[in-house]
Amino acid sequence: MVMPSLKLQDLIEEIRGAKTQAQEREVIQKECAHIRASFRDGDPLLRHRQLAKLLYVHMLGYPAHFGQMECLKLIASPRFSDKRVGYLGAMLLLDERQDAHLLITNSIKNDLSQGVQPVQALALCTLSTVGSAEMCRDLASEVEKLLLQPSSYVRKKAVLTAVHMIRKVPELSNIFLPPCTQLLRERHHGILLGTITLITELCERSPAALKHFRKMVPQLVQILHTLVTSGCSTEHSISGVGDPFLQVQILRLLRILGQNHEESSEAMNDLLAQVATNTDTSRNAGSAVLFETVLTIMDIRSAAGLRVLAVNILGRFLLNSDKNIRYVALTSLLRLVQSDHSAVQRHRPTVVECLQEPDASLSRRALELSLALVNSSNVRAMTQELQSFLEVCPPDLRADCASGILLAAERFAPTKRWHIDTILRVLTMAGTHVRDDAVANLTQLIGGAQELHAYSVRCLYSALAEDISQQPLVQVASWCIGEYGDLLLEGSCEETEPLQVEEEEVLALLERVLQSHLSLPATRGYALTALMKLSTRFRGDNNRIRQVVSIYGSCLDLELQQRAVEYNALFRKYDHMRAAILEKMPLVERSSPQAEEQPEEEGRGASPTPTEPKASELLNLLDLLDDSSGGAQHPAPQSPSPGDAVGCLPAMPGAPPPLAPIPDLRVFERQGLRLTLSFERPSGVPALLLITATATNSSGSDVTHFVCQAAVPKSFQLQLQAPSGDTLPAQGSLPITQLLRVLNPTKAPLRLKLRLTYNHFGQSVQEVFEVNNLPAETWQ
Amino acid sequence: MQFMLLFSRQGKLRLQKWYVPLSDKEKKKITRELVQTVLARKPKMCSFLEWRDLKIVYKRYASLYFCCAIEDQDNELITLEIIHRYVELLDKYFGSVCELDIIFNFEKAYFILDEFLLGGEVQETSKKNVLKAIEQADLLQELLPTPPVI
Repeated sequence: MVMPSLKLQDLIEEIRGAKTQAQEREVIQKECAHIRASFRDGDPLLRHRQLAKLLYVHMLGYPAHFGQMECLKLIASPRFSDKRVGYLGAMLLLDERQDAHLLITNSIKNDLSQGVQPVQALALCTLSTVGSAEMCRDLASEVEKLLLQPSSYVRKKAVLTAVHMIRKVPELSNIFLPPCTQLLRERHHGILLGTITLITELCERSPAALKHFRKMVPQLVQILHTLVTSGCSTEHSISGVGDPFLQVQILRLLRILGQNHEESSEAMNDLLAQVATNTDTSRNAGSAVLFETVLTIMDIRSAAGLRVLAVNILGRFLLNSDKNIRYVALTSLLRLVQSDHSAVQRHRPTVVECLQEPDASLSRRALELSLALVNSSNVRAMTQELQSFLEVCPPDLRADCASGILLAAERFAPTKRWHIDTILRVLTMAGTHVRDDAVANLTQLIGGAQELHAYSVRCLYSALAEDISQQPLVQVASWCIGEYGDLLLEGSCEETEPLQVEEEEVLALLERVLQSHLSLPATRGYALTALMKLSTRFRGDNNRIRQVVSIYGSCLDLELQQRAVEYNALFRKYDHMRAAILEKMPLVERSSPQAEEQPEEEGRGASPTPTEPKASELLNLLDLLDDSSGGAQHPAPQSPSPGDAVGCLPAMPGAPPPLAPIPDLRVFERQGLRLTLSFERPSGVPALLLITATATNSSGSDVTHFVCQAAVPKSFQLQLQAPSGDTLPAQGSLPITQLLRVLNPTKAPLRLKLRLTYNHFGQSVQEVFEVNNLPAETWQ
Repeated sequence: MQFMLLFSRQGKLRLQKWYVPLSDKEKKKITRELVQTVLARKPKMCSFLEWRDLKIVYKRYASLYFCCAIEDQDNELITLEIIHRYVELLDKYFGSVCELDIIFNFEKAYFILDEFLLGGEVQETSKKNVLKAIEQADLLQELLPTPPVI
């Protein structure tokens, strides 16, 4: 005997009574079997009860597609109770993706044209919820007819159904545009609301419609005015605000109509001002209307005073105790920060306070807005605030905050030192969250700020000594220590506290970084190279460094191994070149702000940054040149000659093929010591002249401690790179070469003064002279 | 409005109204994810959140979450009013509504919603008119006698 099926209420009870998922499934499966049977050959009068049960089961997530046909049958039934459930079922089970979907078209059509009002309502509801494009095309004329129906109940539904139809089939706009004029004269709020929604939809899709409806701006203004001022019936008002739903919809339409249109904007100006000032915002309904008003004011061509009023309203919203209102204020201000920057700036303090919001979605908005408000006058204060925020902010905002601070610092840094400090602080606080190019940017920045080298290396050293876990910080610190380790030992720097650091301590720290499991492979690379550079910067013996380097020669990490092996080779076979190769790096030209690559391979055979010239020598040289100053340089130790045997050294920078070869010039000769200058003008850089000074010794006695200095006139820039050596053996075949880079942007005639000092034949010699007969091609 | 979901604090769905065509699978996925996201929110947090490319407005009334998905240009604050108005309608109809009323009378909950919103837009701003319409439909249903339910 078949168990009798349950009433809906009982079914629900039983399902809820089920203690386990399995039990629930069992109940439902049993019942579904009944339902299926009933659909097949059960009493048609009970069909709607069966479907209701099925719909409940469907909501719990169980399959119910076998009820689709029942929906069709129920919709077609003459009984209202059948139709009610049938249409509900159709909306839940028969959306446009279902094959059976179109089958309801006929029923809907019949119900629209012949049904009583509640039935028409059901049909319209279903049509506007799930009606496919095809169905909409079929039934458009029916709906159009209903727009003229006497019953306002049906008309209001017909209007909104038209909205849906236009969304599905934009061409239907042609049918539904003409009735709007009449509909706008309705007094029924529901119809008005629907009509405004319809007009909005039409205007959004067609510029012609937009133009057409602009004529109605005065009428809309009037409707809104009535809502706002007249004592509105309590039937439609919420907390003393007259039909806020309708007000908001009208405001939205006005926004669309007034955009980029002076005349319309002007027509609504006064009303907007009125709504903005008079709406009671003690409850959410009023705030909703005010909010929409603000959005409209900002989007149309409103008077400047009105715009400021709108921004101020948003500012007031920021202080509201309701966090929802603060949220929309922050979102809107963010949208306005570009177009109305100064107006939004006025609320900066409040925005910054919102950073303290416990709600993450609010503090995120506050962060975005704060970052957008940073400018050159408030950068110091803002960065302070943002850094305090960085310390306490939720983890998912860290990356954005850190990047934001760095970006702002880059754009508005008042001084280089502040910039370096800021980046340092960010790296210390949130190092793991910064973008990859932060390291490159910082090294670039420090490299370029010569006067801050000592300061930077000290700060970084202290930071590193405290914490070797923040990778970007460790990388920059390692690089810095490697480059400027000598400055670190010097003891005093006027900008930081005196720091006594021993060579051993520095080496130990770098070794710690190298060995730490916290260090990424890239970081290790930095540390190893830094150690290597220190072998030339530090005066102590290099055994410790040599040991480390040789250990890493068998490291499993390929990159480290390669470096170690090469550095090892530097110690052994190419020791005479080591100092030159590991010199200070020049400033790299950044191709773009987003350049991701490292600023050159560290220490691999580039050339030195100009170091401070020894004061006395500079003056001596300068005295001899008419237009004083210029670029007299004291060369730092050894530099490589291009393309030598240590693997991957890059070619000397800036050597594209020259234009026409300029003849060499012998500038000095004395007792077998000869100095020759060769010139090169790289194409692509017209202001640049590369001079290679070559010294040779054909005498029987060694030349030692050979130093060549140069000076040029003021308008020139001179960069003297380190010579390849300072010794010329007797009858030696190996010359000393030295590269001079001369920049002559003004194309002034080149003048060059040289000063040579050396020991030869047991005597110390000093020669100063101006180079004559410089070929014109060197500067023209 | 793209859709409205009502669910309990345990994540059980009590009503789902979809105004956009999506497959059953997609609807289930969205429902699952959204329910999880909303239930994870702490009580003090604001009623708005961004989810995929939609704005979600939600509010909790007793043991039920009312959750709407609106589009970028829609007004969040007025959506809160929409939710509130719906709750008021349910309250008036059932007389101090509670979750159980909505569970056992889910069809009625749908019918009431369908008199308030149509195609995702507000159709009637007068509480009185909405309730009157429901009353009339209920009456119509009763006029045609239905046989006793088995």
